[in-house]
Amino acid sequence: MNLIPFLLVIPLAWALISLLLPRLPIGPIALLGMLVQSLATALLWRSVQLHGAERYAIGDWMAPLGITLVADGLTVTLLAITALIAMVCAFYALFYLRSHRHEARYFWPLFWFLLASLNGIWLAGDLFNLYVGLELVTFAAVGMVILSANRQTLAAGLRYLYMALLGSIGYLLGVALLYSAYGTLDMRQLAELIEPNWTTHVAMLSISLGLLVKTAIFPFHFWLPPAHGGALAPVSALLSALVVKSSFYILARLWLDVGADVLPVITAQGFGLIGACAIFYGGFKALQQDEIKMLVAYSTVAQLGYLMLVFPLAAGTAPEHSMLAWQGGMLHVLAHALAKSAMFLSVGTLVLAVGSKKIDALAGISTRIPLSLFAFGLAGVSLMGLPPSGGFNAKWLMLQSAIGSGQWHWVVVLSLGSLLTATYIFKVFRVSFDQQAIDSGKGLVKRAPWGMELSALFLAGLAIALGFAAALPVELLSLPEVESSLMEASQ
Amino acid sequence: MSANLWFALVGAGLIALAAFTFFVQTHLLRRIFAFNIMGSGVFLIMVGMAQHLRQTDPVPQALVLTGIVVAVSATALALLIFRRFYALSAAVTLTQDNDTLGDSYEQEPRQ
Repeated sequence: MNLIPFLLVIPLAWALISLLLPRLPIGPIALLGMLVQSLATALLWRSVQLHGAERYAIGDWMAPLGITLVADGLTVTLLAITALIAMVCAFYALFYLRSHRHEARYFWPLFWFLLASLNGIWLAGDLFNLYVGLELVTFAAVGMVILSANRQTLAAGLRYLYMALLGSIGYLLGVALLYSAYGTLDMRQLAELIEPNWTTHVAMLSISLGLLVKTAIFPFHFWLPPAHGGALAPVSALLSALVVKSSFYILARLWLDVGADVLPVITAQGFGLIGACAIFYGGFKALQQDEIKMLVAYSTVAQLGYLMLVFPLAAGTAPEHSMLAWQGGMLHVLAHALAKSAMFLSVGTLVLAVGSKKIDALAGISTRIPLSLFAFGLAGVSLMGLPPSGGFNAKWLMLQSAIGSGQWHWVVVLSLGSLLTATYIFKVFRVSFDQQAIDSGKGLVKRAPWGMELSALFLAGLAIALGFAAALPVELLSLPEVESSLMEASQ
Repeated sequence: MSANLWFALVGAGLIALAAFTFFVQTHLLRRIFAFNIMGSGVFLIMVGMAQHLRQTDPVPQALVLTGIVVAVSATALALLIFRRFYALSAAVTLTQDNDTLGDSYEQEPRQ
């Protein structure tokens, strides 16, 4: 039995249930659904690990008119991290939404639609499905941003929606040009046909610009902080951890998998340059914020910059350095997803406990609500890239690749970026460990529900644990090659 | 010049015009229009340039149909959010001002 369609059918079924039957206890039902979804994901993971990549044609309609879904090593890794983070966020939301009754009504359907469309992107095997997935992710994500429906979140949602729509037009234009040149949308066929000519370059430029806008890479980052900083805590966690990664995933797949031979070195270095700008600009802006959620949102802008460094390190370098960069980049996707979702969840708890979003309001809370602050700190360790953590392993692999390929300027960027991250993380700690505030009895807080504190701590723990278990996803990443060599053997 | 190339050129022209409007105009409704015209331009390129096999290729037609559905839903969502935004703020443009987050949203959950 092929498990691939279930990963889309389960979330869509649950979305319909939560939309049409709001009188049922949809929160606990969602948790049950997440268990089913995680089980299906785990089974697919196991099967891909044992037998290599799998393909599934929906309704037995073959490409080009049919829709082909592909599950390879990278896909199942992303499916697993999506299911994991979504499950923890759902658990957190059970507690968090008690004080947000109105939002809870629409949170759950959108949550499931978001999950279905994210899985659709990870599983898509052709360019047009990726487009549809991108749009569906945008609709669900914008819907979740504007859940509170006040002036600020509506403005942030509109800004997000407009930029995302512009990005998808750019992507679609590139897809149209690629189809007119090569007559196929299938990524595997395209990888064999694609050659460096003007049509390819214009198409890839259009696609890249569109996806950079959607990924909020500097200088197209301006829509992200208000949208991610203004949303509800579990929404921010999902958006920063998973949604921005979906468009980066397409960018990486297209350039490094499909178009590896047509990526000019100058373009790759340019991607690295805007990544470096994002790291420094995002870091400085994070340092200047006086609202804790905006600090974390700008931290996402900075951390997305690291992902862009994969391109100069992987393109035009020796295969072993290229492989290191690819593995480091994908590990960074996982590590950042875990750390940032943990950070947004713990910050959500802190904000709820002290009743204000200002960083100053956290004065002296280190003794009042230590568990959430500890989760924030653990996530910070991974973001800074301190050992042992997933973030450390990712940055270590990228550093090795940069040193090995002699690109010393990226070594400088990677190291200074970590220093900057440490600065803004410690800004929060300086306030919260303020001895005067502790002694004067400031920082008296409401009790936070245990489920919220534990969820953030669990994800932060996983971000650290990824430092020890990094071999598992890295090993799976090399599976696509296994599949293609099997294909050649059978032909 | 073949009819298909003509389609593609008109499409490119539409995209350029609409992109210009999208960046220059600040009125949110005009920008929604610009997005729709940009979409039409892309669809023209799709049906025009992609017919290179001397016969009607069904794939671009299917893509354009899907694309239109997506564009209509996107427009509907944008209009809905815009209406609500207009009702609350009486503003038709996005300024830095209405992005500044108030300190109130966590404390005032709507019942």
